[in-house]
Formats: sequence, structure tokens, C-alpha cells
Amino acid sequence: MPKYTLNINTSQKTVETEPDTPLLYVLRDYLELSGPKFGCGLSQCGACTVLIDGSSRTSCMLPVSNIGQAEITTLEGLENPSGKLHAVQEAIIKEQAAQCGYCLNGMVMAAVSLLNKNPNPDEREIKNALEMNLCRCGAHTRIIRAIKIAANTKD
Amino acid sequence: MKAESTPSRRRFLKDLGYISIGFSLFSSCLRTEDQIIAERIPYNGDLPGSLKREININAWIKILENGRVQVLSGKVELGQGIRTAIRQVAAEELDMNIENVDVLLAETGVTPNEGYTGASASIQNSAMSVRYAAATARIELLELASKKLGVTIEELQLYNGRVTQKGTNKVLTYSDILEGVQFEKEVAIPIQLKKKTDYRYVGKAIPRTDIEKMVKGEVTYIHDLRFPEMVHARVIRPAGYDSKLLQIDTSGLKEAVSGVLKTVVNGSFVAVITEREYQAVKAERFLKNNTKWSSATPLPESENQFEHIKKIANPPENIRNDGDFDNVTKSVKTIKSRYNKPYIMHGSMGPACGIAMYDGEILHIWSHSQGIYPLRDAIASMLNMEVEKIHIKSAPGAGCYGHSTADDAATDAALLAFEYPKKHIRVQWSRNDDQKWDPYGPAIITEFEASLDEKGKINSWKSDVWTDSHSTRPNKDTGTILAARYLEKPFHMKSRGYLAGGHRNADPYYNIPNMQLNAHYYEGPLRVSSLRSLGSFANIFAVESFMDELAEKAGKDPLNFRLEHTDDQRAIAVITKIQTLTESQTTIENEGIGYGFMRYKNTDAYAAVAAKVAINSDNGVVSVIKLWAAIDVGEVINLDGIINQIEGGMIQATSWTLKEQVTFNASEITSTDWNTYPILRYSEIPEVEVAIIDRPNEPVYGAGEVPMPPTSAAIANAVFKASGKRVYDLPIKTLTQNQN
Ligand code: FES
Ligand code: FES
Repeated sequence: MPKYTLNINTSQKTVETEPDTPLLYVLRDYLELSGPKFGCGLSQCGACTVLIDGSSRTSCMLPVSNIGQAEITTLEGLENPSGKLHAVQEAIIKEQAAQCGYCLNGMVMAAVSLLNKNPNPDEREIKNALEMNLCRCGAHTRIIRAIKIAANTKD
Repeated sequence: MKAESTPSRRRFLKDLGYISIGFSLFSSCLRTEDQIIAERIPYNGDLPGSLKREININAWIKILENGRVQVLSGKVELGQGIRTAIRQVAAEELDMNIENVDVLLAETGVTPNEGYTGASASIQNSAMSVRYAAATARIELLELASKKLGVTIEELQLYNGRVTQKGTNKVLTYSDILEGVQFEKEVAIPIQLKKKTDYRYVGKAIPRTDIEKMVKGEVTYIHDLRFPEMVHARVIRPAGYDSKLLQIDTSGLKEAVSGVLKTVVNGSFVAVITEREYQAVKAERFLKNNTKWSSATPLPESENQFEHIKKIANPPENIRNDGDFDNVTKSVKTIKSRYNKPYIMHGSMGPACGIAMYDGEILHIWSHSQGIYPLRDAIASMLNMEVEKIHIKSAPGAGCYGHSTADDAATDAALLAFEYPKKHIRVQWSRNDDQKWDPYGPAIITEFEASLDEKGKINSWKSDVWTDSHSTRPNKDTGTILAARYLEKPFHMKSRGYLAGGHRNADPYYNIPNMQLNAHYYEGPLRVSSLRSLGSFANIFAVESFMDELAEKAGKDPLNFRLEHTDDQRAIAVITKIQTLTESQTTIENEGIGYGFMRYKNTDAYAAVAAKVAINSDNGVVSVIKLWAAIDVGEVINLDGIINQIEGGMIQATSWTLKEQVTFNASEITSTDWNTYPILRYSEIPEVEVAIIDRPNEPVYGAGEVPMPPTSAAIANAVFKASGKRVYDLPIKTLTQNQN
């Protein structure tokens, strides 16, 4: 079986797997990360979102053989080395912006990706950026509020 | 301090050493001399059912060696924040800092058997059981301490894990008092409960601690559990409900997919076990293409489902008959309407997952089931095992809102654990299977006939409801778990489950002299079970739409019309509150505001919801701009927890109302993913505003299901205000498409 060396959360990780294994399964099953979630495997819900070179992307249909040395960041990689969480994570805790929380990975990654490009988004821009992320519990309005707060408190 | 020199005290301090919370506990201990302890008031009322079944304090409250209090509950966390609510009531009654209270949820043999987590009953049952058990534990600790120290209870103070003799430095920890054993006492009335005005946790917005773990990607859900040498499995489900396996060809599987460990065929139950998760996905795909199934009984087309339902329904059963509807309406003109609600699905964001391991003696199962004890009964019967040999531990899944596929995934894993013993088997369902095999919320038809008197008040009202079962949850009836139906020796479901949920709230909570309710039960073509608020969603959509129709006929304002038909002050309070919340609103062309009211089950929480909608004049698309709720759930335990559930529920109900419908054709269910079963996305999310009326001296009611039913009615009534078109069929979709 081929080996792939990937750049994940700023460290090099090698996995031995079939070329068509999607990144999501590499992250969860081989590297035992729990941040990215399996929601549909069809690129419809956003639960599996990661950052690839700083931009959000679903990982459930992305074959490991296509990734190369792109920089992959998962939810776990947002925390800085001193243990400080990303402003979006902080704001979600503060606003209690979740019920079951299963969608949070995707919401946070999509929001971080948005703030990377647009540090001061308005409500419409936030909704646009998160349009591909589903939440069944209806935590949307709290998540939007949290993202606005995060945008205003970035340091 | 004296107590520090005793062995248990030393152990206590050692345990504190490594956590910062422990330090704050210690410093607060030093201050206990100054505590003013809240007054207690004797409670002589009823005890909740859960508590009656498990009446010993130690079923609910344990004192850990390190001095922490552990609370046990048979309920599961569904994202509704039950863990936090239970911590609040326990900390409150025991005058304990909340950080020193842990909650252990649902595990067979460990926590109380509380049946299912559902029907918004967790607070009523579990949290109240914990409240009474904790209050009894407090008195028991004081009594034991008074014997130990040879002083009266009045001379003692219990606070944050210690009992102190007032004015002295004599201190006993709970472990000192209990001498290493747990409580041995039953809960009995009168119970000394803390005076509500002195609460420091209950009623407050205490933050949940699990959100931080979730947002950091820590192991939270069943999906995240990993065990050494765990293997993965998928089930190849039949082509239709009653399809049988005709042929399977596994040759070529191992060449096509690496890591295949075993293929399992038991009757029409087909599964494959692999080393890695994605290998199971590929193996499932391969086997799907290499199995032949008998064709299933044809389904009616979803377009004809309501006619079909009427055709197959049983003769009506009279459920309620106040006054004399039949006689009164003989000579008066009546008004009639009919409303349809299609099948809708749970649609959890995380498809079901189950893990099981048979160690040669005990079958261990991890599940996000809402009822681990009843699930254990079902699995024991399927496998012909003693229940004691099965150990089920609950682990959170993604939000599920009723009886979804969790139990079925656990069943799959249990079956496979015997085929491949000594290894943890993880079964992850696909999105397609999760949607196709979901026990849906059944389609419901609600018909009304009513008359107004000369003052424009409702004089007579008749409701007829066509409904399937609203609970086919697992129990001793083995056919309740999916895989059991497909084994070589299949189990078929014998009972029909809980039918009465179907006419819930179909008889309006208004003063109407002549009222009749009839239920027409049908056994429909699709698998069904409990979905958040059961029949109330369809029935309140219908009742409250019809109320607006009647108000229109009577020439009255919709809210005033409702107020004229109730003298229940709590109903009046939520209706008046929703009036106030929306009175400054203005609407432009194609916009409207509508209302819905409900007392859940006609006995529980009160809710009034308002919706402001806009209709796109080009394409008829309805969008909900804002929703307001005025809610009375009695005593508030966790304020933010309730607000969160109401906000989320209104958004989910908007999705049900505007978009959702399970579709099928003669040969299959076609709502198999998020494209074929669309739900609300961000661009469609309304603003939400929630007002809670706290009634600390009233019984607590659950909040989870409460926002669903009135939201749909409020939206439908707002659509009428905006367009003059009455909504009779859900989902509303576009106005041109399916409305009169
Ligand atoms: S799991 Fe990848 S988008 Fe749903
Ligand atoms: S919080 Fe449950 S899916 Fe979003």
C-alpha cells in the first residue's frame, strides 16, 4: 500500500493507505483526530470541513493522493502552541453556540476561513460563507453572533 | 484544621492537588464558618416515576472518595443540556459548589433505569428525582454527623462537602460521615427542600461545560470512541422493507477491497467487517452491486399518500366527547377544513454509529440510544441472552430529536460482535441508510368541523386525526430493532407501539362547550416512530390555522379571539406577552405576521409563537424573517438551556414547515441525502427572540418539544396575512405550487 506524507497541523504525518482514501478517513481513522466529523460523505453538509492552505474545504471526498504537501489545518490545529483557542472557538464557548455540537467543526472551520479573507464580515457575508454547513439543532443564530464577536475581538 | 490530619482528609487533599478547581474548593472550605445556609421548606407532593422505581438515595447520589458528589441519571445527553440541569439541582440542594458535582449518564447496571429519554420528560423525572434524593442526602448527612459529634442537627452546618459544628473547628467530610459506604436510605416525604428564593444555581443561565470540549475537537461523541485493535463494519441493507436476500456473490471482494476480515450473512442480514473504516465503505459498495434481493411490496406514490392513508385507516375511535357535538351541529352551519402533514425525518447531522465487543462472557455495547435499558431487553431477546450478560453504555450522538437509527446501529454491532469476538466492532451507518431506514415522524391528516355562536365564539368543535404510531422504540418486542427483522429466524414487530401520540393536542386547549375528538389509526407504508413533539406538530399547525380561519369568520383579531376562549392565566400571559413582543412591528406589501399558541399535551408547558414572513412576488418563495416565542415551562432550571432549545426548535420547525417531506415512489424511498431531503440553510435562517416567563413555584416542564408545534402555525398564519392564501398542506414550499 502506498505511503503518503502529509502536512497536518504544522507537523509531518505519514500514513499507509489506499490512494482513494478520502482525507476525512485519514484524519479520523489513521491519525485519530476527532475534530473533523463524518456527516454525509457526499460533500453536502460541511461536518468534515478542514482548512487547506487557509481555505475551508470538505474533506470527505478528497482522495489522500491528491493532497501533496498542502497545509492542512483541523479543528485541533487552531489552538496556538501556548494553548490559546482561536477567537471563533472562544466566542462559541462564550455564546454557548451549540446544542449537540456535531456541526461545530464545520462551522468553526468555515468561519476561520472567512475571517482569514475578510476580517470584518457583515451578517450576509457570514451566512454566505456558512451556506454549505448544515446544523440540525438550529444553533445558527448563536453561531452567527459568535462569529461577529470573534471578528471584533481578534488580536 | 482537625480534619486535615485524618486519613480520609489527607486522601482528599491529595486528590485535590492536581486540579485548579480543587484549590478553589479548599479556599471556600475555609470560609464555611461564614455561610448563611438557606432555609428549607418541607415538600409533601408527589414523587416522580423514576424515583418511585429507584427509591434509594444511592441510586442517584454517590459520594466519591475525593469528596466530590457524583450524580447518576438514566437519561442521555442529546444536546439539550440535561447534564448541566442535573448538576444545578444537585449542587443546589447539597449547598455544594457546582464544580464539585459530576454527573454520570445512562449505563446499564450503574445508573437508574429511566426508560427512554424523550417527551421532554428528563427534567420532570430525572432532575426532580435528583433534587429529592439530594435533599434527602443532605438531611441524612446531617443526622449521621449529629450522632457522630453528639450534637443536635441545629448546631451543624452542611456546606460544600463538609459538615461543621457551628462556632467550633470541628469538621467532618462526607467520607468521614459515611465511613466509606454509600447512603442507605430511601427518599420519603416530607422532604426538606431549599427555599426557591435562595437558589444560587437553579433558574440561572449556567454554562454547559461540554461545548468547550466540542469546539476543541476532543473526544465527545460515540463516533470518536477508539479502542485498541478496533475494526470497522458496514451493513448492506435490503433493497426495500420486506426484500429478502436471493443471492450474494462475495468472490472478488478481497481482490477489489483490501483489509476485508469477514463477510457475514445471516438470513437477509448482510455485513462486512474490515480493518479500516473506508475499506468498509468500499466493501459495502462492492457487495451492494453483488447481491440480489426480492422486490419489496410496492409503496404508494408519495403524491397519493393521503388518499392511501384514508383508505387503509381503521374505523375511528372516539377519544374525547364533551357536550354533544353531533346534536348541536345538526341545525347550524359548520365550517370545515382539512390539513395534511407529510412524513418527515429526524435527519441527524451524524448518521448512526454503534460499537460492540463480546469478551466471551459479556457483550459490551456503546450506543447513542435514548433508552439503553429497553434496548438491552430487545438485544437480549434477539440473541437469546440473559440481560445481565449485556452491558450498554450511552455515549452522545449528534442531535436526534426522537427515536432515530441509534438503536439499530447498536443492534448491528451486537450481532457482529458475536461473529467476530474479542474485538471492538464499530458500525458507522451511511447517510443514505440513515435517511432511508429512519423511523420517520408519520404523515398525519387533521380534519375539523366547528360552529360559531351568535357572539362569534366557538360553540362546537370536532377533530378527526388520521395517524400512524408515534413510538416503535426498542423493548421486549424484538422486532422493534431493525436488524432482528432480517435474520434467518426473523422477529416481526408484534405491537403497534404508541398510537395515542398521534392525536396529541388535536383537541384544542380552549373553552369550547361541545368538543369531540376521533382518532383514525392506520398502519402506513413507511417505518415510523417518535419525532420531536409527536402528533402535536401536525395537530397544532392545523388547530391554530383553523383558529385563524374561525377568527376571520367571526371578524375578530386572531389573538383576541384566542384570549376570548381561555381563562387560564398562564395561557393568557404567554399570548399577551407575544402581543407585546410584536406590537411595534410593521409590515410592507407581501409581508405578514401570524401567531400560534399551544399548551403542550394540554397539560404541560405554554407557548405562544409569532412569525413574520415575506413572500417573494416573483417566485412565491416564502421566507421567515423573524420568530418570537413567549414560553412558560413552569420552574426554570437552566435559563440559557431553555432559551437555546426554544431558539433551535423554532429554526428546526421552520425547516419542517417550509421544506421537509420524505418522498418515495413505488419501489423506494427517494429522500436519501441532503439534496433529495433539503433542510434549512444559513441564507434561510430567521432571526429568533425568546421570552421566558419563570414560575418558580410551579412544577417544571420540559422545553425541548415545545417550540415545534406553534411555530408551524405561526408561519402558516403569517403566510395568510401576507398573501391571503391559506396553507393546508405542509411543507409550504412555494405558494403557487400547492396552495389554494
Ligand atoms: S461529511 Fe463531508 S460534507 Fe458532509
Ligand atoms: S448543534 Fe447539533 S447539528 Fe448543530
